[in-house]
Formats: sequence, structure tokens, C-alpha cells
Amino acid sequence: MAAIQDFVEQALQQSTVDGCVVVASESTETNLRWANNSLTTNGQMTSRSVTVISVAGQSAGVVTRSVSTADELADLVKASEAAARDAAPADDFAPLVSPYEVSDDWDADPATTSVQVFERFAPELGAAFKQAGKNGRLLFGFAEHQMTSTFVGSSTGLRRRFDQPNGRLELNGKSDDYTRSAWAGVHTRDFSDVDLDAAVEQLNTRLDWAATSLELPAGRYETILPPGPVADLMIYAYWTGSARDAEEGRNVFAGPNGTTRIGEQLSPLPLTLRSNPAEPGLECAPFEIVTASEGGLQSVFDNGAPVSATSWIEDGVLANLIRARAWATKTGAEPRHFTTNLMLDGNGTASLDEMIASTERGLLLTCLWYIREVDPQTLLLTGLTRDGVYLVENGQVRGAVNNFRFNESPVDLLGRITEVGRTEHTLPREWNDYFTRTAMPAVRVPDFNMSTVSQAS
Amino acid sequence: MPDMDASFLALPARELADAALGRARELGAEHADFRLERIRTGVLQLRDAKLDSSSDSEDLGLAVRVVHDGAWGFASDIARTPEAARQLAEQAVATAKVSRVLSDDPVTLAPEPTYPDATWVSSYDVDPFDIPEADRVARLADLSERLMSADGVDHVDALLMHVLENKFYADTAGTTTTQQRVRLHPQFTAVHVDRGAGKFYSMRTIAAPAGRGWEYLTGTGWDFDTEIAELPELLAEHVKAPSVEAGSYDLVIHPSNLWLTIHESIGHATELDRALGYEAAYAGTSFARYELLNKLKYGSGVMNVVGDRTVEHGLATVGYDDEGVQTQQFDIVRDGTLVGYQLNRQMAQAKGFGRSNGCAFGDSPGHIPLQRMANVSLQAASDGPSTDELISGVQRGIYVVGDRSWSIDMQRYNFQFTGQRFYKIENGKLAGQLKDVAYQATTTDFWGSLEAVGGPDTYVLGGAFNCGKGQPGQVAAVSHGCPATLFRGVNVLNTVAEGGR
Repeated sequence: MAAIQDFVEQALQQSTVDGCVVVASESTETNLRWANNSLTTNGQMTSRSVTVISVAGQSAGVVTRSVSTADELADLVKASEAAARDAAPADDFAPLVSPYEVSDDWDADPATTSVQVFERFAPELGAAFKQAGKNGRLLFGFAEHQMTSTFVGSSTGLRRRFDQPNGRLELNGKSDDYTRSAWAGVHTRDFSDVDLDAAVEQLNTRLDWAATSLELPAGRYETILPPGPVADLMIYAYWTGSARDAEEGRNVFAGPNGTTRIGEQLSPLPLTLRSNPAEPGLECAPFEIVTASEGGLQSVFDNGAPVSATSWIEDGVLANLIRARAWATKTGAEPRHFTTNLMLDGNGTASLDEMIASTERGLLLTCLWYIREVDPQTLLLTGLTRDGVYLVENGQVRGAVNNFRFNESPVDLLGRITEVGRTEHTLPREWNDYFTRTAMPAVRVPDFNMSTVSQAS
Repeated sequence: MPDMDASFLALPARELADAALGRARELGAEHADFRLERIRTGVLQLRDAKLDSSSDSEDLGLAVRVVHDGAWGFASDIARTPEAARQLAEQAVATAKVSRVLSDDPVTLAPEPTYPDATWVSSYDVDPFDIPEADRVARLADLSERLMSADGVDHVDALLMHVLENKFYADTAGTTTTQQRVRLHPQFTAVHVDRGAGKFYSMRTIAAPAGRGWEYLTGTGWDFDTEIAELPELLAEHVKAPSVEAGSYDLVIHPSNLWLTIHESIGHATELDRALGYEAAYAGTSFARYELLNKLKYGSGVMNVVGDRTVEHGLATVGYDDEGVQTQQFDIVRDGTLVGYQLNRQMAQAKGFGRSNGCAFGDSPGHIPLQRMANVSLQAASDGPSTDELISGVQRGIYVVGDRSWSIDMQRYNFQFTGQRFYKIENGKLAGQLKDVAYQATTTDFWGSLEAVGGPDTYVLGGAFNCGKGQPGQVAAVSHGCPATLFRGVNVLNTVAEGGR
């Protein structure tokens, strides 16, 4: 097959309409999945997709195909142009992004991954299965490594390229009667930093904690949320942060009389929620990559636009909402692009262990699961605790308690957090299919709403 | 029956399959299967009747899966040459060797007759891709504008997703299938904004996604014109409705809401891979443990549930599954007792079911087939009551219409659902809308409180495009049919009180 960069150039050359952007990506992936101390499935996948965005007047034709020949590419360009000519003017129309100085290595081969990325990890996993079996414990989980090279070329002359590695390990340990369960998750760029022994050790500690089983009723509890659950809640608030929706009065960030809540103190603590494509260890594309417009959040017309560091919340105050270029022009504001990493910091220094030690009586969570929106007005979310809820008394873990269904709004929670631990890289549990690059602190909430009891263990 | 898409038939499926399966045989695979798949997805989104997003995406690739020395191996790629197909077979065998070292039980597959050269096309009239985009947008814009022009409607979101799925399958036993499915999901949401108070309210259409074609938007299978005409008044009533008092209520539930409760509390709970722990780290397990088969009292005696991959217009309906198994209808709950699970060939063999019931599905050429959900449906009573008759039997209750928020735990015990609209029932009659309602229960308590199922006239097929499962994550479309139903004494929460401090 032709080099993917050649496809981008050929498609641009063949374009006959007012403007054209080509987004081409080549992706390789390798994964291992296991259950009950045994590998269940594994695989290696290679995929390539080419999206041609043709612009005719203020209309766009957006067509994506898994192109593998020059003829298919020519058909794709024609299909995209036909769609553009046929389309109504786009609500998110903006002039295509002009070229600017970049240092991307456009010509280098696409980056790839292969099963070799697990060369050290796979035998360690095999040893962990054997050890778990001896200890009456079962391991379940998933390890995945992906590498995606994306090339954005525009008829304006702009060329941008980014290689995104993305790896994750999810490890779930259970007692062999399935009554105790614990979980650990890691985001990684290349698996070289994955410490499986440490993850297994963490599971074993937690499964030992669960030797004592306690029952607690539904109610409001002082609760320590570790970094992972905080990430899951903050990601939902972030996804909801469309400036357009807020200015139209239709999301949690809308204020009265056509205002937004930008400028409102959401938390009395000095919390900063931010994104930054250059965040060490959590690097993501420093320019927009969009293969379909997404109402109010991302626009195909913004492809290639530089994405810079943005604070969404600063010192507890809502500072920015996500704003595509067309809406920014309409509202006389700067664009704020959706970015695929998210960090929360509150100047905390306490480790999770220190936060446990300073707890008189409270719950320690492991994960939140099946998080769904109940009321968009307040961004009330529901979901479950999962894989370990522990009762802490006088600084010590007393045992594992039953799971709960919670009903809470992440925006409301920001105002009720009383303590913030130190920020660390963490893997969100609920959303890690879509969003893996986060750094969050553990937080203490004095009155987390455990609405009902779940019998799940 | 519509014709099979000519451009898919023009792909060299058999040549590629022969290359891949031949190479897998040479390398000693006990079983190998090959898929060539093309999935084309169109999405149109309108915001306030203006085009906000349009995309047309196609995924095309090949996949080879083998059982080699008792272990699974899988590989997929987009290159469509015999040489690439042979290499995929080699890669799949290589991954099987990695698996072998780390896995215990050798894989064997339940027997299935072979189906040489079978073809199957779903039941629809017009592939939406055959309608020019301008015409598709015009229909959505027209319906959006009708909503926009109504009093109390400030914003309108319209969404149309439609899919044309072509799949060629071949295996070393001699089955070869070529199949084509079309499905679509139109959805309209009307939003009311009270700018002074900084509050907003919305209501969306309850039309279900369906295994139908463009005709669904023009009067076949659903009447969008009528639903759109009625929506503004329903929204206005919702805005003014009193907030519910939390407590225990009898619920009459319309199929447009109950399909999702069935999906979560029965559909997923009766997937055997979950019951056996294969999904324990991700989607979860099931309270309906394998040893409870034929023993578990799932619900009341009027509860009868089937899995069905053959029902016309069902989103999970297909002729043959992704392991070459001819699809079927099968019992899951009979007279309130758990009597069956959804299976694939490996589990059917391992647990002695004899034959798979055809529930293997891979959502794309890049993904390995998993056990995925059949259309799992609650059966109507042949002489069952009408919805009005069900309501007339309730003194203090709520009538629930349309799905909205959903969540259930990882063993399928505790769930909580909201809806599009809720009506107070007083002394057997509807007494206006309520708002801020969520109903919450434990699965077996809830189905145990099922007092009556409605008659066939109340039966509607609901469903979703976006059922998620597996790692790497896969998405599947599935339908769930049910009649109107009456449940006694269900816990109702007030969602505003839940969010309060």
C-alpha cells in the first residue's frame, strides 16, 4: 500500500472544491485479556482510515473510508465532494486553519506497536496467575497497547502529524468464591513503566482488608474518593462543558438571564482543572483532530488548529468552557479546544495512606461504575461503587462494606470537598475506553450521597 | 427482499477466505474462520433545524480467528490481498501460541451443521444511503422546524444514525455466509429554556431505533409526524408538572421505557460469559449464576422471556451469527424461572448445551466475536389487558413513558431508571404529569412484583444502537420487545432531593 502521507497529498491534489482537509490515521494495537487466572483472548489489529472533508461554500462533505488503493482514494474524494455540494450550509462553518510554523516530522513512517510491547509483561502475568492460584485468588483483566499516527493536511497548506501511544492495564483480583473483589489500573505510554508486582500487591492488601465484611445502610457518609473515581467524575463535567450549550441556557454551566457560570466560585478550595497537550507523561495532540463535528464541542472546520494549555477551573473559579472556532467568532471569544487530557490540582500533599490515617470515620472507595446522567440541570449523576468500599475508623481500615448506588453531581461536589490530596497520574475506570490521560488527587467529601445499597460484591 | 449490495459482492471474499483458511489449515489449526466486513455508518445532526454535523464512515477489513492447539488466536487488517490474508492466518496462529502458554482449558466448539453459500438480507425497503443527503436533511429539518415553531420550544436537536452492514463469513468446516443488514435511529429532542430562572427542560421522541430503512421516517412502522405534533404540549405539561413525592408506588410501564430495564436486568444478566466470569473485570458478572439454571425464581409467574435473533426488524436479528450458527428463538425465563442463557459455541460445548443458540457477534472486522445479546423480549399475554385496563387497577401509582437515564450494578442487582414523562395515577385514572421521578429496585424484587403483562396490542419493539461490552470495547445494536406492564410497590426517588445536600 502507498504511504499514508502520499494518500493525503493525492487527495488534496484531486480536490476541486473551495477547500479540503484530509485526516488520515494508521493505527496498530495489541492486547491480552484474561479471566480466572487464564488468558481468554488476545489479538493484533492494524487499521487505516482516511477522512476527506470537502468544503463547498459554507457546506462540508465528510466521508471516511478504510482506503487501501489509489482508485479507492479517488472515489473517496469524489464522494466527499458530492456530499459537500449536496449539503446544507454547516452551522459550525469557519474558514479552514491557515498554515503556521510547526516542527512535526511529516515524512517519518507511521509509528507502530506489536505484541513485543508485552515481552516483559506477559511472562510476569503468567507468573502472577500461578501465584494467585496458590493463594486461592483469581485474576481478571486487560492489557492493551495502541499506537496511532495521525496526519492532517489542508488545502491551505497546513500539514500536521502526531503519534499517540496509549496503553492501559486493568487488573481485577477476586477471592476464589467471588465474594471479595479489588481493582488496580494504570495508564502507560509503552508498558516499560508498568509494575505488575506492585499492582498485584495492592490487590492482595485490599483483598486482605476484605477478610472482615461489614454491612452499612444507605445514607450520607464522609468518603475518600481516590484519584481514579475523581477522574471519572471530572471527565463527565468536562465533556459537558460546551460554551455554546451554556450560553444557550442548556447545561449545568448556564447561569440566569443568558449568562454562564464562568467567573463563579465553584469550590472554596484552590482547585485548578486544566488540560495541556504537553503535560509530561500525558502528552496528547497539540492540534485539533476531528473526523465528525460534535455539537458545540468539536468542529471538522477546526482541524489542525493549535491546541494550547487551558485552565477550565482556576483557584476554584470556573474559568473557561469548550468553544469551537465558529462559536468563538459568533460570541467574540477565544476558541478553547477540546483536549484529550485532564488534570486536577488543589495544592494537596497528602498521600492516600495519609488521608486514611487522618480519618476518624469514613468510607474509602476504589472505583465508581456505570455512571450516567440523571438530571442535566444540576448534572446529577448516578452510578455504583465497585471492587472495594472500606470502612475507615480512627485512621485504620476496619473491613470491606457492601456496595452502594450513589447520586451526586460532580459540579456540586467541587463545592463540598474538604480535603485534597496530592495529584498523581491515574486511570479512570468508567471512561478509560475513551479517555485515559488524567492526573487527579484523592479528595475527601463529608457527605457523599450513598443513595441505596447494592448487593453486588 | 432487497438485493445484496453489488459493490460488496464485487470484493474477492472467497479468494481471500481460501487463502486465509488454507494457510490456517497448513499451520495445523483445528478451526479457523474468516470474516470480510464492511460497515457503513451515516450520522446527521441538526441543531435548531440547521445542519450541525454530517458524516459518512466506512470500516472495511478482514479478520482471521483460529483455534490452534486448543487456544484462540486472532488477527485483523485492512489489506485485501491473498498474501495479506495468508499473513493474517499466520499472525492469528502466532497469537494462539502466546495464548496457549497462558491458558488452561483447551477450546472446543459445539457442533453446528454447515451452510455452504447461505445468504441473508434483513427486512427493509430503502437503504437510507440511497436517499440523497439533501433529502435526508430536509426531512429532519422539516420535523425540527415544526417543533421550533411551537410555543415553549426554544431549541431542537435532531439526530439520524443509519447503518449498512455487510458481512462475509467462511470457516474450515465449510460454512459460507453473505449477509446484509440495514438499521436506523432517528431522534428528536425539544428543549424549553427558562432564561430568567436559569433552568431548562427537555423531552425527546420515544420512537425506537429499528432494523428498517428510510421508510421508517416516512410512515412505515412509526408515525413521526404525529409524535412531533404532540411533543410540544407534552413538554409544556412537563415543565409545569409538580415534583414527585418519593416513596413506594405501583408502576404501569410503557414498552418505550421497559425495554431498557429488560436490557439491563435480564439481557445482560443472562449472558453466560458474564455468569462464567469472562467479563468480571469489565462489564461484570451476573447474579443469575450458572448453578441457578432451572432453579432461580427470576420473577412472578406471568414473566416469560425469550432470546430471539430472528424477529423481523430486530436490531440483533441476522441469519447466521459470527461463528456460522443459524439464528434461533430460545427461552430464557419461563413462568418466572430462569431456564436459559445466551450462548456461543465455546460455552455451549463447555457447559453441555449441545448447540449454540447463535449469539456470537463481532462489531467490526477489527474485533473478535464475543457472546453478544439476542433481542431479549418479554412476551405479552395472549388475552392480556390493555394499557387503560392496567391503569384502572392502580389506586396510587405512576405511568412511565420513554427511557432516559439508566444505570445498574456489575452483577445486575441494583438499578435506577428515569424516563421521558411520568403521569400520576389516582384511583385508576391518569391525573397529570409528574417530574423528577426515578425508579430504583433490585432485579428479582422488581420482576417478582410484576403483577400483569398486557396483551399483544400493547407490545412494542424498543432498542438501542449502543450496547457496550468487552475489552477492547465493542458496540452492538439490540432490540427488546415487551407489552405494557403493571408492577406493584416499586421504590421511587425524587431526583432533585437526591441532588440536594
